[in-house]
Amino acid sequence: MKGSLQVFKKYSPLLYDLTSRDVKIKYRRSVLGLAWSILNPLLMMIVLTTVFGHLLKVDMTTLNFPVYFIIGNTMFSFFSEATTGAMTSVIYGGSLIKKVYIPKYIFPLEKCLFSLVNLLFSMIAVVIVMLFRQVTPSWTMLLFFVPILYCFVFAVGVSLILSALTVYFRDLMHLWSILLTVWMYLTPIIYPMSLIEDATGLSGQILRTVIQINPLYYFVDYFRSVLMFGTVPGLQQNLICFGFGAVFLIIGALVFKKLQNRFILHI
Amino acid sequence: MTQQLAVQVKDVEMHFNMSKEKLESFKEYFVKLMKRQLYFEDFVALDKVSVDIPKGDVFGIVGLNGSGKSTLLKVISGILKPTKGSVTVNGSIAPLIELGAGFDMELTARENIFLNGSVLGYSRKQMKERFDEIVEFSEMREFLDAPMKNYSSGMVARIGFAIATITRPDILIVDEILAVGDFHFQEKCERRISEMMSGGTTVIIVSHAIEQIERLCKHVMWLERGKVKMIGDVTTVCNAYKES
Repeated sequence: MKGSLQVFKKYSPLLYDLTSRDVKIKYRRSVLGLAWSILNPLLMMIVLTTVFGHLLKVDMTTLNFPVYFIIGNTMFSFFSEATTGAMTSVIYGGSLIKKVYIPKYIFPLEKCLFSLVNLLFSMIAVVIVMLFRQVTPSWTMLLFFVPILYCFVFAVGVSLILSALTVYFRDLMHLWSILLTVWMYLTPIIYPMSLIEDATGLSGQILRTVIQINPLYYFVDYFRSVLMFGTVPGLQQNLICFGFGAVFLIIGALVFKKLQNRFILHI
Repeated sequence: MTQQLAVQVKDVEMHFNMSKEKLESFKEYFVKLMKRQLYFEDFVALDKVSVDIPKGDVFGIVGLNGSGKSTLLKVISGILKPTKGSVTVNGSIAPLIELGAGFDMELTARENIFLNGSVLGYSRKQMKERFDEIVEFSEMREFLDAPMKNYSSGMVARIGFAIATITRPDILIVDEILAVGDFHFQEKCERRISEMMSGGTTVIIVSHAIEQIERLCKHVMWLERGKVKMIGDVTTVCNAYKES
């Protein structure tokens, strides 16, 4: 344990360098550069809230729908980008893994950090929408990093599992993109949560159960509580968020550790 | 005794499961599993290899293509885990297995120097201190801020060599890399390696250029199909190898 911490410390500059490489390459040679990280969620928000606001007949007087949407979408995009990037990271890092000794978990972890940096840039867009839609400021907004942290730990855990398995089964890349789409619709992002609460019949029952076991629902809900409703979730929700993160991180670490010695034969 | 050994390789075996074809999809995997066609061929790349390399030695490894030289180097540097046996390494290792591994061609040379330094596990401070030395040695100052994709392979190799040799590692692993660059730069590389040797660094060299091995090494190991054929001082082994 102490040994692996030392190794981590030794290679933390690498983590920093790889992340900054990704950031540099992403924005190099684009005229607007970083502005894309802000423009992209803003444009998505305008299109989707217009369409779904009308389709679902959201009552804008009781729910600040644009703010509701962009907060949820920002967090989900982070999760989706981090896991998608991470799952192929070991394969793309193959040229390095074959030639130098590097702790291999650096690669999925780096992709999660890169997405975290992007998330922080996208937060500017969230702030813009919140100012524009006149969300009442509250001290709970200072806690915005708490749900991000929970979600980050969860994303790292999922990324470790995915990146290790993808080395053996490349199909997972395609499967995961489908799963993410399904997952997005099963998380209250483009529809208000009240829609699910009011749903009747068996399908409503099933939807409610699915959302209750969906970790992302708790992260997104936490994020919205502190940013737009000025409330701090109670101990129970904190424990649930922490639990999901910790369990997946441990499973991820175990799976990765078990599979990593044979990576080199498959990349 | 072990204090004086830089590397101790003990009964190392390296097996590869060579599946006849690479199965990369679930469907293929399950179809084969159902038909019970998941056969693997056991390929032994290293078979009970044992060798002790004392500190400060210059150790050469010779053998034909596919005899397991590079596999052995990878096992020593920790890239591969041996199937059986153990490897004990005393001190830090700088692998020169392939120059410029980990360069990102989209980045500039300046950015790549720092990236590659951290790939090799150097700290930021070390890199900042040695940055000028690296640039000086590689003679690339004027192209420092050009993207690496515009470099020639010789230029890439120069920077790679300069980075890998800035610190004085306890063990330096050299795999066929002295064949890059023009003769002027090759001489410069050899000078730097001899400099390190006199500084007490243990050097492990793999090369097909037998004259180079004869010129630089003290002891040589001859590998044949993953087995140790001969270990001894440079003239005996090299003569036997040349005669075979």
